[in-house]
Amino acid sequence: MFEPRIICFLCTWCAGAGADLAGTSRLEYTPNGVNIRFMCSGRIDPEHVLWAFGKGADGVLIGGCHPGDCHYMDGNYKTMARVALLSRLLDDFGINRARLRLEWISAAEGAKFASVMNDFTEKLRSLGPMKPATREMAR
Amino acid sequence: MGKPKVAFYWAASCGGCEIAVLDIGDRLPVLAEAADIIFWPCAMDVKYDDLRAMEDDFIDVCLFNGAIRNSENEEMAGLLRKKSKILVAYGSCAHEGCIPGLANLVSEEDILDRSYISAPSVENPGNVLPEVKTETPEGELELPELYDTVYTLDQVVDVDYYVPGCPPVADRTWEVLEAILDGTLPGKGNVVGAGSKIVCDECSLEKKETGISGFVRPHLLEPEPDRCLLEQGVYCAGIGTRSGCGALCPSVGMPCRGCYGAPPGVFDQGAKIVSALGSIIDSTDPDETDAIMSGIPCPAGLFYRFSLPHSILRRKITDGYED
Ligand code: SF4
Ligand code: SF4
Ligand code: FES
Repeated sequence: MFEPRIICFLCTWCAGAGADLAGTSRLEYTPNGVNIRFMCSGRIDPEHVLWAFGKGADGVLIGGCHPGDCHYMDGNYKTMARVALLSRLLDDFGINRARLRLEWISAAEGAKFASVMNDFTEKLRSLGPMKPATREMAR
Repeated sequence: MGKPKVAFYWAASCGGCEIAVLDIGDRLPVLAEAADIIFWPCAMDVKYDDLRAMEDDFIDVCLFNGAIRNSENEEMAGLLRKKSKILVAYGSCAHEGCIPGLANLVSEEDILDRSYISAPSVENPGNVLPEVKTETPEGELELPELYDTVYTLDQVVDVDYYVPGCPPVADRTWEVLEAILDGTLPGKGNVVGAGSKIVCDECSLEKKETGISGFVRPHLLEPEPDRCLLEQGVYCAGIGTRSGCGALCPSVGMPCRGCYGAPPGVFDQGAKIVSALGSIIDSTDPDETDAIMSGIPCPAGLFYRFSLPHSILRRKITDGYED
């Protein structure tokens, strides 16, 4: 079975804490993700996402606090707007926008983090691996 | 050192960078006095063989404009690298790929088809495409090979300096030429002839720090004068573009298109523009935000108008692969 590589960019206060809770609660979920924590989802630069895809990630998860809950007031609204635009940019590059996923996960939602990872892994399995851009780029 | 020997060359470019050099105007005789211009196909009668016959490092400084999109471009880049002590990527094409680099949004097949077969103005009943080698009664003819992907100069050879701009503005070019003549260029690898901030920093239009609630194409709006265009809903690349031009375009009422490329400390200009636009949208509702963003047609073409080959992803995934 194809095992997608997923990079998870998580804010430390909510989604990151939710991921920790999934672990400390010993929930079982797919081990395909690598978590990278940021102080706020608003600090996740579109460059980070593109580097992840450019270096061969099959999917990128961005996790932040629920709307209204960002510890820096409005970082997650910026994230929401960036992801809306970034998804369109991925279309132009021929990358399926379903490979980029945005989720609001609170520190209490360990179960949600686990189910998002399971579901995202499944979706990426059905999409298959990211292709190297072209024969030329591979040289 | 005697008079420095200077060369100019053009690869995949429009010729505007050659004009940009001439644009130094009455300083041109000063340049001709202070330096020996020994190779400049646009302005003097020279042959590639003259270049091949030179010793390595014979040229002191070569200003190379144009991107790399065929085998001739690549061969000349390699040759000029070998013959030059200092190789400067002059102008946006050599620096980040510029307009020719937008070809990276389609495949080589698409380009050939459009140019030689399907464009309405083309009449080509035999669907003849250019071939690298063609037999004729007079002998074999050879053309350079078109590449599937457009490259920046530094993706094919080692580059010493970068001068951004499409084209670089005359005063900045002159600064660079003066630095070359005076031997005051900074360390290798630097961007020269440009600023160290973003275009907004040089733009005198008033910013009121208001959010954007919708984008409008520039020809559909009569902008309020003296007011930041972006805040009026016109996409302006100034927020993600290196300073240096003096905010030429917004100063005459046109949005910046991004020709000075990625700002200092930024690798991917388009990503930075996404980041900046994302932080000034006046909505907290996902659907409304999405609708506002849908007002930007072809983000890749707009945000990477001058820097697609230099971006992280460099090109669209083609090869008939549907993701
Ligand atoms: S008009 Fe463009 S360059 Fe000028 S301040 Fe607004 S965004 Fe920046
Ligand atoms: S305003 Fe923008 S597009 Fe116009 S010259 Fe300056 S950098 Fe280039
Ligand atoms: S701190 Fe979690 S999104 Fe800002």
